[in-house]
Amino acid sequence: MPEIIKRNKALSVSPLKASNTVGAALAFLGFNRAIPMMHGSQGCTAFGKIFFVRHFREPIPLQTTAIDQVSAIMGSEAQVVEGLKTLCEKSAPDLIGLPTTGLVETQGADIEMAVRVFRETWPQFAGTAVVPVSTPDFTGCMESGYAQATRAIIETLVPTRAEAGTRPGRRDRQVNVLPGSHLTPGDIEHLKDLIEAFGLSPLVLPDLSDSLDGHLPETDYNPLTIGGTRVSDLATLGDAAATLVIGASMDAAADALAARTGVPDHRFAHLMDIDAVDGLVMTLSRIAERQVPAKIERQRAQLQDALLDCHFMLGMSRFAIAAEADLLVGFSRMLASVGAEVVAAVAPANAPALQDVAAEQVKIGDLEDLEIVARERDAEILIGNSHAVHTAERLGIPMLRAGFPQYDRVGGFQRTWIGYRGTRDAIFDLANLLLGEKRGEIHPYRSKLKQRPEGEREMPRPH
Amino acid sequence: MKQKEIAALLDEPACAHNAKEKSGCAKLKPGATAGGCSFDGAQIALLPIADVAHIVHGSIACAGNSWDNRGARSSGPSLYKIGMTTDLTEQDVIMGRSEKRLFLGIKQAIDSYKPAAVFVYNTCVPALTGDDVGAVCREAQKRWGTPVVSVDAAGFYGTKNLGNRIAGETMVTQVCGTREPDPVPPGIEHDGFKVHDVNLVAEYNIAGELWNVLPLLDELGMRVLCSLSGDARFHEVQTMHRAEVNMMVCSKAMINVARKLKETYGIPWFEGSFYGVADVSQALRDFARIIDDPDLTRRTEALIAREEAKIHAALEPYRTRLQGRKVLLYTGGVKSWSIISALQDLGMTVVATGTRKSTEEDKARIRALMGEDAVMIEDGNPRGLIDRVRENGVDILIAGGRNLYTALKARIPFLDINQEREFGYAGYVGMVELARQLCLTVESPIWDAVRRPAPWAVTEGQTHPAPAKSLSLAASESAPVEVQSHA
Repeated sequence: MPEIIKRNKALSVSPLKASNTVGAALAFLGFNRAIPMMHGSQGCTAFGKIFFVRHFREPIPLQTTAIDQVSAIMGSEAQVVEGLKTLCEKSAPDLIGLPTTGLVETQGADIEMAVRVFRETWPQFAGTAVVPVSTPDFTGCMESGYAQATRAIIETLVPTRAEAGTRPGRRDRQVNVLPGSHLTPGDIEHLKDLIEAFGLSPLVLPDLSDSLDGHLPETDYNPLTIGGTRVSDLATLGDAAATLVIGASMDAAADALAARTGVPDHRFAHLMDIDAVDGLVMTLSRIAERQVPAKIERQRAQLQDALLDCHFMLGMSRFAIAAEADLLVGFSRMLASVGAEVVAAVAPANAPALQDVAAEQVKIGDLEDLEIVARERDAEILIGNSHAVHTAERLGIPMLRAGFPQYDRVGGFQRTWIGYRGTRDAIFDLANLLLGEKRGEIHPYRSKLKQRPEGEREMPRPH
Repeated sequence: MKQKEIAALLDEPACAHNAKEKSGCAKLKPGATAGGCSFDGAQIALLPIADVAHIVHGSIACAGNSWDNRGARSSGPSLYKIGMTTDLTEQDVIMGRSEKRLFLGIKQAIDSYKPAAVFVYNTCVPALTGDDVGAVCREAQKRWGTPVVSVDAAGFYGTKNLGNRIAGETMVTQVCGTREPDPVPPGIEHDGFKVHDVNLVAEYNIAGELWNVLPLLDELGMRVLCSLSGDARFHEVQTMHRAEVNMMVCSKAMINVARKLKETYGIPWFEGSFYGVADVSQALRDFARIIDDPDLTRRTEALIAREEAKIHAALEPYRTRLQGRKVLLYTGGVKSWSIISALQDLGMTVVATGTRKSTEEDKARIRALMGEDAVMIEDGNPRGLIDRVRENGVDILIAGGRNLYTALKARIPFLDINQEREFGYAGYVGMVELARQLCLTVESPIWDAVRRPAPWAVTEGQTHPAPAKSLSLAASESAPVEVQSHA
């Protein structure tokens, strides 16, 4: 178990953390015909929007309750009601997510009451689901906000067994999936493929692989999300054979779903090494009561071969990682599985999952902390988001981009890290970075005693 | 910040539309609001000052979601690129510990990075809990001897534009005039060549485009005491009061700076642009006219003649490729007219331009360039922009980066003109880059590929999106919904 070192300085320098609130917005963006409306000042939304636009390279539906000086002091309930009404009138969304910000939580806004007032005042908009969730940015980070919003969606929109008369296993081919925020649209796509390979039918909540996978739709303009979990599907969660939960951050959401529906769940801390993926494949095989398909067995064998090929480069190599808890767990376990060592690990916020990180220490902090520890402990490769590019430059080591945000390259949002295939691709890339460093190469030594031909004697010394 | 101070900032006598409705006064509409807040505006106005430690005092969203996302470049220090925030926790907020955290944070920044100065940006949460940021900054400056400037522009105070003004006001009242300029280095001035000091206000050196212009000013003997704030240093801002003339490069953002510098120090100012051949020449002439040194005027004219001849030759091949292409321009303020002349230089037709952030003066200039019946777009909701593109057979949409992906989803060629862009278009040479980027996208082979339906879709007779030009208009939703921001 790693030692967790808490924040011990006044200033966060080169922040690693993205806010709780944008995490919540991300969860809502995984629903079809949805729009999140942040309850805060317009800047909270403007920043969140650019954050997502630059990462996904997609137009992002995101609105604001636009708190101004008056509503900051006098109360903001009317802003919520008016904002909900405006969105309903303009585009009749299936779902409006309403995450709060530090501003309105400091003010003491009662967001549940504001939604009740909206329902009473505007009964004609009953067809639009509204999910309020308290996600101030002075606690948690992106991962926790995403998990809290998913839990709020379940508690608000998934009927209990008693209410809806659902029965676990009635749809014996359906598998619910609660993916943590560390999974990319590419990861979720791959996970769905795996599930379907067993003849099962996945219902993913939220499903970013259907909304933010970067596809060109036929319609030329959409004010709402263009894919994702359908709100109407939430009623069927209780009939599923099982629920898969990926990432410890989703535990509370999974507890809520289990309590409401009684559907048995299977929880995975990560899916980024051979043991973890074996666990998933065994579980799917049992749920489906089917043999593991040959295609998946082949992928496993390919990963095994890659482990053989890459352990030469990755064994005893030294990594620095900056990531939110679940992703940090996954990467550290993947690296441990090939004999690499995580010598510097930083997470933006504390979480129980950090106990599972394969490293001696985890610092709760920022990229400055990572830089200091990585330098002290001679890290050879850095794994982090695009902000860490400067850190890697200063350290003079190569980096692999992972996590949020990735704005200086294309396609990061779609990268697949999980499963036998994703793990194989990741260790190939990491091994290649090390090969590019030409470690262990012996530099030419020019002996003074060597008998050199005339033309070679005046050659400049290599630097 | 007090309500009456905000009102004073919104009252801008140098603004042609001061008597009319003001953008900062319009009440924001929940559920239909786009654009940044005052903190955003204040931060972007000052962040390019490269040797300052910029500390965001607040909870994580303000800095964590936004740091290092601007294209302003520095020729020296990169301190401004390091995000710093007090990252307030729930405990700080409830127990009232945020002022102490800020005080120690300022010390930490000074100890670790030895900045020329520290700027502290206030944000919503500490503004609401009532932190006395000004007092903390004064005390910190006294204690550690490094200038510490408080920029009080919390998000809920208002719009991004208000934040720009607060930032400008803060510089004029707290920083300008606190140091005298360095003497002109020896060996530069000689008979018939005197160095004149100037300022550029609201020029941000996006993608390094200021460096397209600076060699020209150097050649003419104009020393930029300070560009507020592209590639600036704190000690340059301190000397702004000694300029002979100020050029307002982006009018709406910090017009109050030019006005205050005139009121307080008597510095004349003019509004100009470095986009487009005609405008660059005009800006140089305006400098010479106001400085009124016959020698400078003569050399300026010679330089303009030489550079224009050179650039016209360089642009010729592009002109034939772009001739007659139609553009829809949607951008704010000064760019609404300065880019028009640049595009007309290239032989392109501007069918309409956005004027959401333009002043009456801007609009007058637009009419002068595009004719009396110029189409001006006040409300730039994405649906409306796309429809206009279709109606007018537009070849390319030029707008801010946040509309980029909206345009691409509609299969419309696009050029990014705002702060996040990666290419500099200013100065004579910037025009060549602009022309190259326009050709690159307009002539790209991808447009056919993304508009063409899959071959099986045709045989199966399914519906599919038609090419932009021939697309019949579906019944368009008249109401804008999720409006994109126009920075």
